[in-house]
Amino acid sequence: MRADLEIIEKWISPQSHVLDLGCGDGTLLAYLQDEKQATGFGLEINPDHITSCMGRGVSVIEQNLDLQGLGNFEDQSFDVVLMTQALQAVRRPDIVLDEMLRLGRECIVTFPNFAYWRLRWYLMRRGRMPESETLPYKWYNTPNIHLCTFKDFEGLCYRKNIHIMNRTVVDSEHRYRWFSRLWPNMLGQIAIYRITR
Amino acid sequence: MPDSLPPDSVGLVQPQTLHFSEPLTLACGQALPHYDLVVETYGELNADASNAVLICHALSGHHHAAGFHSMDERKPGWWDSCIGPGKPIDTDKFFVVSLNNLGGCHGSTGPTSVNPDNGRAYGPDFPVVTVKDWVDSQAQLADRLGVQQWAAVVGGSLGGMQALQWSLSYPERIRHAVVIASTPRLTAQNIAFNEVARKAITSDPEFHGGRYGEHNATPRHGLMLARMVGHITYLSDASMGEKFGRELREEAYKFGYDAEFQVESYLRYQGERFSETFDANTYLLMTRALDYFDPAFEYDNDLAKALTHAQCEFLVLSFSTDWRFTPARSEELVKAMIAARRKVSYAEIDAPWGHDAFLIPTPRYTDTFTAYMSRIAREVNG
Repeated sequence: MRADLEIIEKWISPQSHVLDLGCGDGTLLAYLQDEKQATGFGLEINPDHITSCMGRGVSVIEQNLDLQGLGNFEDQSFDVVLMTQALQAVRRPDIVLDEMLRLGRECIVTFPNFAYWRLRWYLMRRGRMPESETLPYKWYNTPNIHLCTFKDFEGLCYRKNIHIMNRTVVDSEHRYRWFSRLWPNMLGQIAIYRITR
Repeated sequence: MPDSLPPDSVGLVQPQTLHFSEPLTLACGQALPHYDLVVETYGELNADASNAVLICHALSGHHHAAGFHSMDERKPGWWDSCIGPGKPIDTDKFFVVSLNNLGGCHGSTGPTSVNPDNGRAYGPDFPVVTVKDWVDSQAQLADRLGVQQWAAVVGGSLGGMQALQWSLSYPERIRHAVVIASTPRLTAQNIAFNEVARKAITSDPEFHGGRYGEHNATPRHGLMLARMVGHITYLSDASMGEKFGRELREEAYKFGYDAEFQVESYLRYQGERFSETFDANTYLLMTRALDYFDPAFEYDNDLAKALTHAQCEFLVLSFSTDWRFTPARSEELVKAMIAARRKVSYAEIDAPWGHDAFLIPTPRYTDTFTAYMSRIAREVNG
């Protein structure tokens, strides 16, 4: 399993009721179901991913966060709400964060850190929007419309009175690096946050 | 029908009539003292009887869901696109059961059957049956077949309602409910369409208050109109446009009221064929069963509360251009399942065919349905 998913998995207690926003092919939910007797749903819009989820016995609901919101879920109906590598692709990440915290006691969010030194260097040297392993798109066709940095995210949490329980970073291969933990905003490629109200 | 059967067909099949001698009490308060159900089965029941799948039919459907009755049959069963070796409901893995519901006109006890009280055909005296009644009779059928628990109950439209009702009436007897192009209850608009269809039938001079059989008559015209209006609601504007556009049967307008546009002659043809084979009283009864279906009714109109009684897992599928039972209706159902903490998967399939899309294979529909069913097959066959 991807290393970031391994980190996330450690933050989820057995028998949790989990909502995974942008659950992809259902790898994480399937793992949580099998290993931690978790229950819950994945939300996804990619038809192939939805089919994969169904094939592996993960409950998946086709739902577009931007268009349909999360109004079909009740307040505090989940133990954990997850969103891995999708926050930067939604129309209003701030509203999505509020919604996640409305639905779940705890939330786990991961996103690419736009302040990573290689991206800074790319922009400075070439004067163009950075492309990298974690951001493999052109500026005009990227689904990532709200890129942010560690500092940006923490600023938003501060303004919204969101409590950061844990935070960690991994590189593009989803490995821990000791140096990135020292200076995450500069050296971390992927941010992983565990938050609550 | 060609000389040979397609390799992914269940092949030649034979319906059988099962007689049930225990009385069945219906929601309307009346009871059927005994009844027949006509059934077809495909595939083999496994040793622990865990691989049985029940197929519930829609308004005008019946027991002949897949395969051919003879080499002369022009068209296979109504859901042949989804039932067969290698198809979503894989008959190499599942024992598939399909029936004609009570009140139907294809052999099961219905308005054309003899009323044991007076030795005459029931006609309009056949009691109104509900989705719940059908499910009760299907439970008797399951007992007869030695099926304690269905691996899945699957249906589209009115069939989807039966799958949903199964999850509530017999929660421990169903592992998965597959509810396709369906709804938890009809809207006023849906009921209005049904009422137009029924009015077309009952106002036909040949209807004779439902006793057309005794008058050696058939309200063919009314049935035709009912089917025409129904047919319009099953298709989408786009699919009708693609199929017929404004194409004329002849080159110029004739400034009269015969069928001038291709779509008119198509609807008339469909209506006429239907009126030759379908019983008018059955049509009234089936549309009424649709109107009455509302599982939330007994639970203070709270669908989520009703669904807390279900134990199975659900698959809900809708189609983007279905305006008879729109995706929003399926989403309403899914929302209630989420609130009831049931396991549910949902997908909206993009297909241009309107409500009828559930009978037509499109790649995403087939893939999704296959993925879900093969996962059930793994569960039950190991």
